[in-house]
Amino acid sequence: MTEFTPVMSLLGGALIGLSAVLLMAFHGRIAGMTGILTGLLAPLSSDWAWRAAFLAGAILAPMLILGLSGQTIAYESPVPMAWIVIGGLIVGVGVYIGSGCTSGHGVCGIARLSPRSIAATLTFMATAVLTVFVVRHVLGGF
Amino acid sequence: MQRIVLAGMFGLIFGTGIALSGMANPAKVLNFFDIAGTWDPSLAFVMGGALLVTTIGYRFVLKREKPALEARFHLPANRRIDAPLLAGSAVFGIGWGISGFCPGGAIPALGLGEVSAWAFVGAMMAGILAARTSAARWTSAPRKPPEFRQGA
Repeated sequence: MTEFTPVMSLLGGALIGLSAVLLMAFHGRIAGMTGILTGLLAPLSSDWAWRAAFLAGAILAPMLILGLSGQTIAYESPVPMAWIVIGGLIVGVGVYIGSGCTSGHGVCGIARLSPRSIAATLTFMATAVLTVFVVRHVLGGF
Repeated sequence: MQRIVLAGMFGLIFGTGIALSGMANPAKVLNFFDIAGTWDPSLAFVMGGALLVTTIGYRFVLKREKPALEARFHLPANRRIDAPLLAGSAVFGIGWGISGFCPGGAIPALGLGEVSAWAFVGAMMAGILAARTSAARWTSAPRKPPEFRQGA
C-alpha cells in the first residue's frame, strides 16, 4: 500500500508543468526526458550542455529537498533487481522507437494537443495497466 | 552560459516536482496502475497538475515569435500516428509496468542514491543505444533527426 497524496501530487505535477513551460519559453524545447537524455548518448548532440545541466538539476533536486527541508522522499522498489534491469532495457527501446515518454508525450505533447502524443499516452498507459494486472493478479508476482 | 544555468534551474524545478509528486517512487507508480488491487490514484493528480499548468502556459509562450534564448521553437512537426509510435509506446508501457519507472521518474530518483534507480537508468540507456544502433543499421540511410517546424 502507498498513501493517497492528492495535494502533494497536484503540487508536484504543477512544478513539472512549470518546468516544461519555462524550458519552452527560454530554450524553445520540449521537456521530454527521453529526448533530453538521448542527446547526451553517443553520438553526442552538439547542444549537449543545456541537456546535461537540466538532468543534473533534476538529479540534484531530491538531495536539496532532503538537505534544506529535512523532508524525506518516499521510495520503495518492490521489484527484484533482475526485473528492474529487464524493465529498463524494455523502457529504453520503447521510448526511443515511440519518440517519447510520460514527460514528452504525456505532458508536453498533450498540452499542445498533438494527436501523436495523445495516441502514445493512451497506448503506454493501457499496456502499463495491463502489465501490472498480469504480473500481480495472473502470475502472482511483485 | 545563461542558457546552461537556466536549464539547470528548470531541471531542479522538474526534479522537485517529480520528487514531491511521488513519481520517483516505483511502489507508488505500480499501485497507480494496479486498479484491480492496491490502487493509489495519486498519479492522476500529477498528470492533472502538470497538464493544467503546461496547457495554459504553452498558450502564452507559443504565441510569441521565438523563445527568449533561441532563434526558434523546436517542435516536432510529425503529426502522423504511425506504427513505430504505437509499437514503441506499447513496449514502453510494458517496461513501465514491470519496473515502476519511467525516464522522468527515474532520473531524479538517481539523486536518492538508490541502487535500483541507478540500475534502471543504466539499463534504460543501454536500451536507447541498442534501439538507436539497430535503427541506423536497418534503414538504408542513417536515421535523420526529426524535422522541426516553427509553431507546429
